[in-house]
Amino acid sequence: MAETSVADRHTHGAARAHQFDDAEQQRDAVTMGMWVFLVTEIMFFGGLFTAYVVYRTLYPAAFAVASLALDITLGTLNTAVLLVSSFTMAVAVFGSQTGRRRMLVGGLALTIALGIVFLAIKVYEYYQKYVEHHIPGPSFAFPAPYTQPAKMYFTLYFAMTGLHAAHMIVGCGLLGVLIVMAWRGRFTPEYHSPVELSGLYWHFVDIIWIFLYPLLYLVGRHLE
Amino acid sequence: MNAIATETESYEDYLNNDYGWKSWLFTTDHKRIGLLYLVSITLFFFLGGLFALIIRLDLMTPPGDLVSSETYNKMFSMHGIIMVFFFLIPSIPTVLGNFFLPMMIGARDVAFPRLNLLSWYLFNLGGLCMLYAVVNGGVDTGWTFYPPYSSNFSNTNVAMAVTAIFIAGFSSILTGLNFVITINTMRAAGMTWFRLPLFIWSLYATSLIQVLGTPVVAITLALVAGERLLHLGVFDPAYGGDPILFQHLFWFYSHPAVYIMILPAMGVVSELVASFTRKEIYGYRFVAAASLAIAVFGFLVWGHHMFTSGQSIYAGMIFSLLSYAVAIPSAVKVFNWTATLYKSSVSLHTPMLYAFGFIGLFTIGGLTGLFVAALGIDIHLTDTYFVIAHFHYIMVGGAVMGYLGGIHYWWPKISGRMYPEIWGKLAALIVFVGFNLTFFPQFILGYLGMPRRYHAYPDEFQVLNVMSSAGASILGVGYVLPMIYLAWSMRYGEKAGANPWPATGLEWHTPSPPPPENFLEPPVVTWDAYDMSAQPELVARLNDEDRMYEAALRAGAWKREELDVEPPASGA
Repeated sequence: MAETSVADRHTHGAARAHQFDDAEQQRDAVTMGMWVFLVTEIMFFGGLFTAYVVYRTLYPAAFAVASLALDITLGTLNTAVLLVSSFTMAVAVFGSQTGRRRMLVGGLALTIALGIVFLAIKVYEYYQKYVEHHIPGPSFAFPAPYTQPAKMYFTLYFAMTGLHAAHMIVGCGLLGVLIVMAWRGRFTPEYHSPVELSGLYWHFVDIIWIFLYPLLYLVGRHLE
Repeated sequence: MNAIATETESYEDYLNNDYGWKSWLFTTDHKRIGLLYLVSITLFFFLGGLFALIIRLDLMTPPGDLVSSETYNKMFSMHGIIMVFFFLIPSIPTVLGNFFLPMMIGARDVAFPRLNLLSWYLFNLGGLCMLYAVVNGGVDTGWTFYPPYSSNFSNTNVAMAVTAIFIAGFSSILTGLNFVITINTMRAAGMTWFRLPLFIWSLYATSLIQVLGTPVVAITLALVAGERLLHLGVFDPAYGGDPILFQHLFWFYSHPAVYIMILPAMGVVSELVASFTRKEIYGYRFVAAASLAIAVFGFLVWGHHMFTSGQSIYAGMIFSLLSYAVAIPSAVKVFNWTATLYKSSVSLHTPMLYAFGFIGLFTIGGLTGLFVAALGIDIHLTDTYFVIAHFHYIMVGGAVMGYLGGIHYWWPKISGRMYPEIWGKLAALIVFVGFNLTFFPQFILGYLGMPRRYHAYPDEFQVLNVMSSAGASILGVGYVLPMIYLAWSMRYGEKAGANPWPATGLEWHTPSPPPPENFLEPPVVTWDAYDMSAQPELVARLNDEDRMYEAALRAGAWKREELDVEPPASGA
């Protein structure tokens, strides 16, 4: 939704698109649009969370044992990276609200950098899984008796973290566009909806991870 | 009103303000996008109809002489997939909703016009994927894609078909999102929530379902594609997966999807009943709330598709009870339409014939829904033609009737011209007769035990099957006729004027066809929905017509043409 208003702004040469009566109506519409979009995202992830709940209920022991195969250090580090990135995103939004361009651009740049760090660590974790034959497929290996249910655990692990990572990549792209616009001075304290809404999206993706981390990494830590 | 005064003045309308293919493919005007959708879904409607034709031809003879069993499986699968995902779900919201939602709330456009155009492109991209699946050999899983058949055993284009639905699903999500935001933030001055036309209420409820339900089926079908391509095994018992989980996730969307199809049609019928009885809808607030109630209850009843799937019997009991609960808001609507008709003077224009058809057929479809919502009876009826007849009474007798009624009702506004009334009535009659002849025998077939999705059947079912096929051919004529005369009327139809019926909604307060930003000046709403007494010029016009007819009748005229004399009082 952020893109729509931004794009309309280009074509009409003003901050307000033709279908809106005034800037306030436009702000209401795009803000509500982003919230409703995030609701659809919750439902989208919701299907996978439901599958997780069902299979963890069916195979509690296997899920606990399989979760020990994940690298808790990297997972925790990534959680910290994402939490800090949410802070830098909030700084960027504050910068756009108060008209501090350097704070805005700096906040966005740091957020993107932290996002890339997160993705890099995630790629390294996936690589580890590949080396350990934990990627579901013909070469999948896991000690008996949990071979089959552990495969289910790793299928869900890759589906959920993969979908999350896809959202991170989209988020980094969004923030990249915002940096260019911010650099050109497109945002003012009166008009900064795109920054605020991309911030909402970023925090949302962060919150998804806050649920993924305990559900995937911490299930069986009491067994150690 | 100002709008009627401007009728004679020349103005630029949305059709002649720009020309050429670019002015259509890059338009962000909600009215033009509505027409783009009209073209797309009409094509899919006739493609889905073609598959139905082959099904009905094949079922003329007990051994099924026309196609092989494998081909038959593909025919009913592609009929279902195309009709559900590429016609019924988008039909009323994307065509009539896109065109009229902004006009009826007094806005210049939807909240996100570019997103609206993107939705149309996504819809067509999904449609192209589906066409590819069709010409590349088809799909044979049924429209429900149940694993493990769809994931492990079918040798057809399942992955491409679910990709098509995934993409079209995002079109549906974005349309729903756009409508929710538009209704919330774009209403004209004075257009309060309880002054909204009931069509808008029903679209709001529909959009909520699209926004909340569609993402779930999207991720579910993505998992099915993953099972086929990557052998994930989320729904595969061989890998510890649970196929019933698929059914839960699938029906969590696909049952509410039934309400995506029927709620907008109910909204159309509310408009038609109000306009052609010249009355406010009895119990307006109850009808509005019933739309939301159907949307909410609709999310809590999906398990009634799984009574025989191995779901726990206690879950089945609760789903059965909740399914009965949906009947309450549905009945509220039917009773309130009937109460509105009571002691009114109904003008039987074509759209109203469709509205009557809807009310009757929806009632039959709804009541037979209660049969299959009952745990015991459903064991006998499940997967028989009784179920087929039941949901076709809702989807064809309900949703398609509402769609056609709406198209005729708003055609003068869309095209600026009237459709030919006599042909309209004839087509409505043909559709009604053809529909009942097609689907009523299927209730009996199902009750006698003929299962759905079978290519051959015992000899004693032949008479009823031939009746059904004969009805389908009549129904086909009824669907082709409007195509022809509506196209004809775009050029040769009588000029409609701003408000031919006359009706009270804001969309009638602007010239036909409407100008690009809908209104020549921003509307201000001071009246409740359908309140004709608030628009004295309409009352005066109707009184004039009454006096005219009365005078002509006194003078001994009895044919319609003879009634057509000059009105005695001042013209509107």
